[in-house]
Amino acid sequence: MIEQKLLEIENLSTTFSRGGMALPAVRDVSFSVGKGEVLGLVGESGSGKSVTLRSVLGLSKRYGDVTGSVKWCGTDISGFSERKMRQVRGCEIAMIFQEPMTSLNPLLTVGLQITETLSAHTKLNGAERRKRAIEMLDMVGIPSAAERLGDYPHQFSGGMRQRVMIAIALAAHPKLLLADEPTTALDVTIQAQILDLIMLLAKEMDMGVVLVTHDLGVVAQTCRNVAVMYAGRIVEQGAVRQVLKSPHHPYTVGLMRSVPQDVPPRTQLYSVPGTPPSLENLPAGCAFAPRCQNTSSNCKIERPMLVNTDAGRKLACFNPVQALQGELA
Amino acid sequence: MTSTVMEIKDLALEFKVSRSIVDVIRRRPGKVVRALNGVSLHMEKGETLGVVGESGCGKSTLARCIVRLYEPNRGKIKFRNQDIFAADFRNDRSYNKRVQMMFQDPYSSLNPRMTAGQIITEALSVHEMRPPAEIPARMAELLDLVRLSQDAAEKLPHEFSGGQRQRIAIARALAVEPEVLIADELVSALDVSVQAQVVNLLLELQERLNLTIMFVAHDLRLVRHVSNRVAVIYLGRIVEIGDSESLFSNPAHPYSQALLSAAPSVDPDDTSGAIRLEGELPSPLNVPPGCAFHVRCPYKTENCTRDIPVLRLIENMGEVACHNAEEIAKNA
Repeated sequence: MIEQKLLEIENLSTTFSRGGMALPAVRDVSFSVGKGEVLGLVGESGSGKSVTLRSVLGLSKRYGDVTGSVKWCGTDISGFSERKMRQVRGCEIAMIFQEPMTSLNPLLTVGLQITETLSAHTKLNGAERRKRAIEMLDMVGIPSAAERLGDYPHQFSGGMRQRVMIAIALAAHPKLLLADEPTTALDVTIQAQILDLIMLLAKEMDMGVVLVTHDLGVVAQTCRNVAVMYAGRIVEQGAVRQVLKSPHHPYTVGLMRSVPQDVPPRTQLYSVPGTPPSLENLPAGCAFAPRCQNTSSNCKIERPMLVNTDAGRKLACFNPVQALQGELA
Repeated sequence: MTSTVMEIKDLALEFKVSRSIVDVIRRRPGKVVRALNGVSLHMEKGETLGVVGESGCGKSTLARCIVRLYEPNRGKIKFRNQDIFAADFRNDRSYNKRVQMMFQDPYSSLNPRMTAGQIITEALSVHEMRPPAEIPARMAELLDLVRLSQDAAEKLPHEFSGGQRQRIAIARALAVEPEVLIADELVSALDVSVQAQVVNLLLELQERLNLTIMFVAHDLRLVRHVSNRVAVIYLGRIVEIGDSESLFSNPAHPYSQALLSAAPSVDPDDTSGAIRLEGELPSPLNVPPGCAFHVRCPYKTENCTRDIPVLRLIENMGEVACHNAEEIAKNA
């Protein structure tokens, strides 16, 4: 029997419009997350990673046009009313937002912000909610949790605030966690602590995680599967080991090579030439073609589809890079 | 042959926290943020000195002291044997010309109402680098140097991407033909692929113009890549300083060890034991006595809570400020 996936997204597209112009922020994105699975979503800023997550939760509906299907435990939730969506959001699917500095309400105490989620989604009474809030803060590693419930966000440091965000997200025991750059604003030592915590919870509570990041190191160390996004589309998708060890899409190769690891110090780093295209005028063919070194004539005319290649890997490229070591090293 | 360009001795800087009215009434003493607690280092001509540490450790404060944005409470900074805070040198603008700083945030460090051309021209004319007639030609040369197209001169900062803005900042800094560049988190706000472009440019310009660079950053892989020597700072104090490669491959101070192992490797198979630090950086309002790191240190001894360790040269390693460095190295 095939295990039921938690989240299945098919052909998700989100289009914003500005001054009558359509901005395709996300195009035909499909992926699925199972129980206890950690999926990494990587790409440069503006590649549509965050918008994808927001579209899953129905947060982009108000600003743009969202099409495609989002299946949560088998039911399509993309057409849910705001009211019905609210029962899923925060309760079954929780999200950690990028900036711990701005996503907490500065006027409410941390304790209130955690118990707020609980009163919306659980039947616990006041005392139980308080108890759970202390438990959550304890779990995310905030010392003397009981005393800190009455503190305001400004009394916490950046790392602590991010932990509070995680505590809020996890308070109602969600089955899926969408984490939008949870550690980008933090120092490496704190980043390691937070990622360890998320991994531990994924394992212990069998929680699915979608981790958006632009740090390939984070993906390598925490995720099982990874999807690389470029200009709103997934260009390569597969198991982490497969994709990072032998990337096939020229963009993934470029990303991997621009990380200064295992290169002689003070030599020129590889960099992908050019800049990402603006959404207002995406190239007709493959969006990466203008920056790609492996182009052929049809790259500029036709858009490559995301197709299965070897052993579960999906790739959208006409001229994949075959071996990283042989040709490029 | 190398020569010392910059010498910093025992630099200390405290910021007074403004007292609230309640504190004044209750006669509570004002609090003091101890941002730097005695930093000593030197920079040689043509080298890159990397400075790493967690946020709040005093990296940026150090950088700002060097360009005289802050005045230290104690200690000296000598540039070519000239004390830069000496009364007769303080207003000497030629220093600002020879030591230039580039800032972290490419979105707020350029005046949004000046075009890229005006920004660079301002630097050229204020310091009278060229006679007015030659300024346009020099500006074109600078844009070319940082690989921006000539029509960039007419554009306002918001029309550029983050990477391009940082290049304008580099062009502005280079306009006055400095000897020393202070790069405070120059590429932290940029994406990996753009980061590589800016770093490449910096390395290339350094070679061509024989610049001395202080590279302040929190991305350890990047610091390892660009630096000749690296200083690790913890709560306003250097805990380890030494040759980049040997420090990264064989860190001696327990804090450097933890910091370096916390950077995730891009190789999924490389799960080699990361050392996890407990807790967070203590507040600089309240620096622990003795070795400031002892509250998080797995190797602490009684001595650590009492005496402040000084930087000392350890064989086969750089300079380390730890009482037990030899013991730790032996057991590793």
